[in-house]
Amino acid sequence: MMQHRSHIYGVMGEFGTPEELLHAVEKVREAGYRRFDAFAPFPVEGLSEALGLKRNLVPAITLLGGLAGGIGGFFFQYWAMASTYPLNIGGRPLNSWPAFIPVTFELTILGASLAAVFGMLALNKLPQPNHPVFNVHRFTHASSDRFFVCIESKDRKFDLAECARLLEEVHAHHITEVALD
Amino acid sequence: MSDWNPPVDSPEIRRLTPVIGPGHTFGSVTDKISSIVLTRPTSLGWYIGFLIAFSLMGMMTIAIGWLIIKGVGIWGINIPIGWGFAIVNFVWWIGIGHAGTLISAILFLLNQKWRTSINRFAEAMTLFAVACAGIFPLIHTGRPWMAFYMFPYPSTMGLWPQFRSPLIWDVFAVSTYGTVSLVFWFVGLIPDLATLRDRAVKKPLKIIYGMLSMGWRGSARHWHRYQSAYLLLAGLATPLVLSVHTVVSFDFAIAIVPGWHTTIFPPYFVAGAIYSGFAMVLTIAIPLRKAYDLEDFITMRHLDNMAKVMLATGLIVAYGYFFEFFLSLYSGNKFDVFLVQQRLHGPYAPFYYALILCNILTPQLLWSYKLRHNVAVLFIMSIVVNVGMWLERFVIVVISLTRDFVPSAWGRYSPTVWDWATFIGTIGMFVTLLFLFVRVLPAISIAEMRELVADTSEEKK
Repeated sequence: MMQHRSHIYGVMGEFGTPEELLHAVEKVREAGYRRFDAFAPFPVEGLSEALGLKRNLVPAITLLGGLAGGIGGFFFQYWAMASTYPLNIGGRPLNSWPAFIPVTFELTILGASLAAVFGMLALNKLPQPNHPVFNVHRFTHASSDRFFVCIESKDRKFDLAECARLLEEVHAHHITEVALD
Repeated sequence: MSDWNPPVDSPEIRRLTPVIGPGHTFGSVTDKISSIVLTRPTSLGWYIGFLIAFSLMGMMTIAIGWLIIKGVGIWGINIPIGWGFAIVNFVWWIGIGHAGTLISAILFLLNQKWRTSINRFAEAMTLFAVACAGIFPLIHTGRPWMAFYMFPYPSTMGLWPQFRSPLIWDVFAVSTYGTVSLVFWFVGLIPDLATLRDRAVKKPLKIIYGMLSMGWRGSARHWHRYQSAYLLLAGLATPLVLSVHTVVSFDFAIAIVPGWHTTIFPPYFVAGAIYSGFAMVLTIAIPLRKAYDLEDFITMRHLDNMAKVMLATGLIVAYGYFFEFFLSLYSGNKFDVFLVQQRLHGPYAPFYYALILCNILTPQLLWSYKLRHNVAVLFIMSIVVNVGMWLERFVIVVISLTRDFVPSAWGRYSPTVWDWATFIGTIGMFVTLLFLFVRVLPAISIAEMRELVADTSEEKK
């Protein structure tokens, strides 16, 4: 039966080029693993597809933020200028909506932008100052010139020896266990 | 195509001038850019430059302190010139910021790879320029500690700001612009802060950069969402940047003052903003690449492209001047016609001619390939355009207000020493912030440079 090694986070292998990384990710996925991640110092083209990542929620959150900013902004101005603090200036209409458009526009952009940034951070569960992958000594290179694949022990198929063999097969260097803490 | 060899120095070869020097790898770009922050000793030149800029900033602090003690009477403002330097400098600084957003957002959407090595410090420039701009309306209120009145907050007096006023639109436009520029810049910085965290040797630096990077680990799942967010921010910043100077121009165009009340103001202000902004990017880029040996990253191709953008936006501005002139005469409105005469022959005519010289005539030299590739000429040209754009705002504000409808309302304006101290002081503050920025943060986006290395190595295959 499969051996569960829950006292480690996973197994990690290192790669020198984005092409090797893509190849490795494809192979690991083909072998049936699902709980694994790739690490790269820049967004590698095709990596999301290789990992099978679908569309994410950031655009939807951004849309909601923009709608909230725009609709909220417009009706706030309407409420302030036409309802709670009406000023009769030469009998002009209180709901002078064209004059509310610039502020509505700016608040739409503000709402959407803040939603995009904070939505992205929240979905990525950042800030998260520590993470088991940082226990790997060579992982400091993940932010400069090296690429990594980590198969997590939470994967149903996880088996330490089997994963290490698979990583070796795709020419990973420095295959190491990742300690939990 | 492969057996076709274009002659040396043909336009084809020029077009192929690389956006990054040859032979760079992921490691070498990382080393070079991060070493400026982490290992390179602070040079004597940095200390001298910083000291000069910081002294000027000190002068600004004194000028503002005296202003708060004595009130706005220490400035040259009067009736009819109620704003004077405060609005001239505000518009000038906000305009300068626009190039940063143009480079980081619009050129990103247009997939212009050459933007990569200049976008980080151009965005920083935007932030610092907006900070300088924000000072002027704030201190012009006379009681800056009451400036929060401009924001809608539930007060016990039951008052709300007048949302139909362009000045309130300005508050929202500029504060949104500052906020969005800040988050856009910070999102771009996150992967680079992680690089600095991983490469820092000293413990305190590791902790500071570690906290700022928020534990970024380069996970593919994170990059996936990061790229969505970055693209969306670029898409949002694009209409935003066009709206900001449009709203600034409304401060003028909504009023019925001759020379202000025209529909050409919004597009012509936006073009002028980008024009002056690119001039400022050049003013910063040229010494920066020299001081930190970044000629491999900020290549002649970048300088050439920026000069071309300057030339193009300068021509749009020239078109704006021409139509402002033409429509005033064509309208037959005697106040507008009189204003044109005052620009050409009035007491401030020398400013108008200097403006035409700086903004329209001199930049035509940039048509020449040789001059565009002469770094010294570009540097001087960028300063000339900055001066020209400042003169433009001076001419718009002062000539119109001193010569409006009835002669009894005419006036004269001349700035006092405190006006100059505040203005030059904000330049000191801007330069101080830039000096600190290049010392503690990567002035070029490292992650995007790696992407560029990956792209260019693919092209060669």
